[in-house]
Amino acid sequence: MNDQSPPTREQRVAGLKGLGCSRKRVEDARFTQGKGNYVDDVKLPGMLFGDFVRSPYAHARVNAIRTEEALKVPGVLAVLTAKDLEPLSLHWMPTLAGDKQMVLADGKVLFQGQEVAFVVATDRYAAADGIAAVEVDYEELPVLTDPFEALQSDVVLREDIADQTEGAHGARRHHNHIFLWEEGDEAATNQAIESAEVVAEEMVYYHRTHPCPLETCGCVASMDKVNGKLTVYGTFQAPHVVRTVASLLSGIEEHNIRVISPDIGGGFGNKVGVYPGYVCSIVASIVTGKPVKWIENRMDNLMATAFARDYWMKGKISATRDGKITGLHCHVTADHGAFDACADPTKFPAGFFHICTGSYDIPVAYVGVDGVYTNKAPGGVAYRCSFRVTEAAYFIERMIEVLAIELGMDAAELRAKNFIRADQFPYTSALGWEYDSGDYHTAWDKALKAVDYEGLRREQAERVEAFKRGETRKLLGIGLTHFTEIVGAGPVKNCDILGMGMFDSCEIRVHPTGSAIARLGTISQGQGHATTFAQILASEIGIPADSITIEEGDTDTAPYGLGTYGSRSTPVAGAATAMAGRKIRAKAQMIAAYLLEVHDDDVEFDVDRFVVKGAPERFKTMAEIAYAAYNQAIPGVEPGLEAVSYYDPPNMTYPFGAYICVMEIDVDTGVHEIRQFYALDDCGTRINPMVIEGQVHGGLTEALAIAMGQEIAYDEIGNHKTATFMDFFIPTAWETPTYTTDHTETPSPHHPIGAKGVGESPNVGGVPAFSNAVHDAFRAFGLRQAHMPHDQWRVWKIAHDLGLHG
Amino acid sequence: MIPAAFDYHRPADVASAIALLQEHGDGARALAGGHSLIPMMKLRMASVDHLVDLQDIDELKGIAITGGKVSIGAMTTQNELITNDVLAQAAPILREAALQIADPQVRYVGTIGGNVANGDPGNDMPGLMQCLNATFTLVGPDGSRDVAARDFYEAAYMTEREDEELLTRITFVAPTGGYAYEKQKRKIGDYATAACAVQLSKQGGECATAAIAMTNLSDVPVFSEAAGAALVGTACDAGAVKAAVAAALEEIDPMEDNRGPVDFKRHVAGVIISRAIERAWSRA
Repeated sequence: MNDQSPPTREQRVAGLKGLGCSRKRVEDARFTQGKGNYVDDVKLPGMLFGDFVRSPYAHARVNAIRTEEALKVPGVLAVLTAKDLEPLSLHWMPTLAGDKQMVLADGKVLFQGQEVAFVVATDRYAAADGIAAVEVDYEELPVLTDPFEALQSDVVLREDIADQTEGAHGARRHHNHIFLWEEGDEAATNQAIESAEVVAEEMVYYHRTHPCPLETCGCVASMDKVNGKLTVYGTFQAPHVVRTVASLLSGIEEHNIRVISPDIGGGFGNKVGVYPGYVCSIVASIVTGKPVKWIENRMDNLMATAFARDYWMKGKISATRDGKITGLHCHVTADHGAFDACADPTKFPAGFFHICTGSYDIPVAYVGVDGVYTNKAPGGVAYRCSFRVTEAAYFIERMIEVLAIELGMDAAELRAKNFIRADQFPYTSALGWEYDSGDYHTAWDKALKAVDYEGLRREQAERVEAFKRGETRKLLGIGLTHFTEIVGAGPVKNCDILGMGMFDSCEIRVHPTGSAIARLGTISQGQGHATTFAQILASEIGIPADSITIEEGDTDTAPYGLGTYGSRSTPVAGAATAMAGRKIRAKAQMIAAYLLEVHDDDVEFDVDRFVVKGAPERFKTMAEIAYAAYNQAIPGVEPGLEAVSYYDPPNMTYPFGAYICVMEIDVDTGVHEIRQFYALDDCGTRINPMVIEGQVHGGLTEALAIAMGQEIAYDEIGNHKTATFMDFFIPTAWETPTYTTDHTETPSPHHPIGAKGVGESPNVGGVPAFSNAVHDAFRAFGLRQAHMPHDQWRVWKIAHDLGLHG
Repeated sequence: MIPAAFDYHRPADVASAIALLQEHGDGARALAGGHSLIPMMKLRMASVDHLVDLQDIDELKGIAITGGKVSIGAMTTQNELITNDVLAQAAPILREAALQIADPQVRYVGTIGGNVANGDPGNDMPGLMQCLNATFTLVGPDGSRDVAARDFYEAAYMTEREDEELLTRITFVAPTGGYAYEKQKRKIGDYATAACAVQLSKQGGECATAAIAMTNLSDVPVFSEAAGAALVGTACDAGAVKAAVAAALEEIDPMEDNRGPVDFKRHVAGVIISRAIERAWSRA
C-alpha cells in the first residue's frame, strides 16, 4: 500500500475516536501539569476575602454578636450578620427541598459549624484574625442528635416553623418532623408478609458520611456596579440552576448574572446545593463593589456543607420456603439535620429510594420515609449516586442476605431465583418504576464463574473448620451484590428542581474547516466530559473527536441545563448531544446531496462522509460539507452548520452490575484485607472503556471508604468528631485493593445511543459488596446485621460479641 | 486554618536558638519538622508569638556511630533514619519503626528530635527510645544535661525538658539480637491504635535480655520492665509470651477515641505485643 491509497473504512472509523474507543482524556494534560483552573485560582483585581465565624455549639441561642473588635483588625472591612441581611430578606434562603435555611444565625444556631457571621477583609489572613476577634454570646440549649429521640422530644429545634403542621411534602406530626413520604401498597404488603412462610426483619443503618471532594466548596462573586452585571465563579455542579436561584433571591435579572463553573476538583453531590458562602460573597460584593472570594477549608467542608446518607431503614422481607420473595416493607427514619436541604427532584423528598426492590421481581412492596430534624449539619445529597439510590441498594442487598440466613440458603442462589428475567423488560416494579432493560442472570452467571464462586465457598467452609480447630485466626468473607440503579433524572413530567424541568442540552457549531465546538448544560467535575462527549459526537457527525471542543460551565455561552449529578450527564446531556448531532447530520445530508447532484434520499451516511447509495466512490466528506455550508449558496438551505437540542428523556436509565468482594478478616484485631474484588458493570452502550474503568475504580474506592471506615460522627452534645483527615477516612493507594473490572452490554432502548451512565454504579454496588463480605465472614458464627462503617474496632466487636475471643 | 501572626526566627547555632527562647519566654516555641506544631497554630490551639526554626543549625544534624554507640542529631529527619544504611546495620528497629510513621512526605520533613521532644503519646519514637534505653541531651542556658528516655515523659505533652532548653541529641548503645516494631493503625498516616517495640537477645536458646515499650496506650510511652523480665530466662514459649503480655497490659491505660473503646485497645495491645515479641524472637 502506498501513501496515496485512501484509508480503509476501519481506518476512517479508528480516526474518529468515536464510541467504544479508549481515547485518552484530553483534560489530563492540564490537570497532570498543575495547569487546571479551579475557583481558588481565580484572582480578580481588588478582590477581597470573606470567611465565617462558625458556631462551636450544636444548639444554642445567639444572644449577641459583637463585631467592634473585629472591625479594628487591620484589613477587616465588614462583618455581616443576620441583621445586615434581613433588610434584603437574605438572612434565610430557600433550600432545594422546599425548606428554608439560615444564611447567618438568626437568633439561634442548630448545628456545630453553622455560619454565624461573615467577615470581609483584604485577604484571608486578615479575615482569620477578624473571625477570632468577633465575640458571640451563646446560651446553650439541649441537643438532639438521635432522630428517634428527636421525634419524641419536647425540645423544639425549628422555632421558625414550630406551629406549622403542613410542610413542603405534606403533614408534619411533630415539631421535629419534616415529612412522611410513602409509596406502594402498605395494606397488601402487610398482608403478603403476614401470610408468608418465611419473614426476615432487620434494622439496616446506612451511617452519615460526606462526599468530601478534594477541592472544597468556594466562589468568587464580582458585582460590576457600572454595568449592573454580577459574575459568580464557583464550585457548582449545576451552574444554570445557581444563576436562576441567584436571580430569584437577589432580584437581579437573570441576563445580568453570569455563573461560571471553572475546573472542579470533584463534586460527588457536595456541590449541588446553594450554600451560605455563596450568598454572603454575593452580598459582600454588592456592598463593597469589589470581588469577594470565599473558600472553605477542610474542616468547614466536613462540618457544614452537605453530608450524605444517615438513613435508618427498618425492613421486612417475606418469601416462600423455597426462596421466592413475596413482599418487601421498608420504613426509613431519615436524619436530615437542622434544615431540610436535600438535593432531590422536588416531588421526591426521599429521592429515588423506592428503587429499593432492586434487581428482584417482588410482587408487592411499600416504602415510608420519615424525615426528621436534628442538631446536625443539613444536606442529604447523593454522594456519588443517584438520589438515595445507594441507600436503597444497600438496604435490599442486606435484606437479601438476611433472608438467605433465615432460609438457610446460599445468597447467590437466592438472588438468581428472584431476579427480574430478561424477558420481563420493560419491567414495572411494585413501587412504580419502569426498568428499561436488563439481563441480570447473564451478568450474575458470568460474575460467579469469573471468581469460581463454588470454589470460594468450599475454601470458606474449610476456613471455618480450621478456625474452629484453632489453626487460624482469620476468616474469609464473600461479599455478593447485584445492584440496579436508577439514573439520568429525568423526565420533565415528574422531575424538576425548583420548578426547572430536568432536561439537558447541547449546542453544536461546526466550523467551515470541518472542526466543531459543542456546549452542554452539564459540567464535568472529573468525569471526562470533554473526552467522552466528543466521542459521541464523532460517531454521530463523522468529525474526529480530536477536532471537537467540548465546553461547559459558563452560563453566558452554554445552553440551559440542570448540571451534573445522579449520573445524569450521559443519559440526558449525552442524549441531547447525539440528537443535536443528528440535526447536523440531517442538514449535512441535504448539502451533500446538492453537491453530489442527487436527491437527498440517494445519499447515506458512512462514518465520516455521505456517499451516493450504490456508488461509494462518489462521496462528500463532512469537512467538504462543512465548508460548503459556509461558502455556497444552496437553494432552500440556510448557510451555516449548527444545531441545538434540548432533550427531555422519556424514562430513567437502569444500569446494573454484579460485584463480588473476597475479604480476609483478622478476628483479633479487626483488620481486613481485600483479596479480590470483581466488578461487572452493565452501563449499556460503552462510550469510552478506559474512562468507564477509571470511574469504576474511583467509585469502588469511595465505596471502600464508606463501608470500611468513613463516617461523619457526632458525640452526644453534637460535637463533630470526624472533621479532619485524621479521622475522616479517605483511602490512599495503600488501602485500595486491586480491582478486576468486567462488563456486559445491554443498551437502553430509549436512549439515542443506548448509554445508561456509570459514574455512580461502583459506589451503589460497592458499599453492599464490601459490607456483605464483612457480614458473610461471620455468617457461620451467627451474625445477621452489624452497622457500618466496618472499621477495625467495630469488626473486632462483631467477633467479640460472637464469643470468638474465647 | 490560618495561624495568628508571629515572628519568625532562624538561628544558625544552638546558643542563638536558646538565647531566643530565653528572650521571648512563654511566647516562643522551637520548630523542628513542624508536623505537630504547625497544625496546632493553624487551628489557633497553640499561640506562638515567636517561632524559632531550628533547620539551619548544622550541629543538630547527622548520625554518628562509633564504638557501638549511636548518636543522632535532633534535626535528623525520619527519612534520613530510613535511608542511612550504617544505622540500619547498627539498629535496624529504627528503620522498621520509621517506615511506619505517617507517609513519605511527612518523613522527609518530620524529625526524630521533634518526635521525641513533643511528648505526644501518639508519636512512635518515644516508646522506641525507651525500648533502646536511649539518652536525650538537653542544652539550656545553664549548659547541657542528659536525661534517660525512660525518665523523660511526665504526661501528655509534658516532659523533663524546660521551656528554655533544646533537645539536641539522642544517643544509645547499638542493640544486639532480635527486634520488632509492631503497629496497628487505621490507615497510612494515622497514629497507632496500639504499637510495641521489642528488642531482645538470645543466649543458649534462652532469652538473655528483653526490653518492651509501647506507643499510644497511655498518656506517655510505656516501658514495661516487668514484661521484659517475664521473658528473660525463657525460650519465649507461649507461656512466657503470655506472661509478658499480661505484665505489659498491667501498665497501660489507653483512652477511648475514634480508633475505638478501651476494651478493644487493650485487646489489640495484647495481640500487638505478642506479635512483636514473637517476631523479635524469630530474629534473635
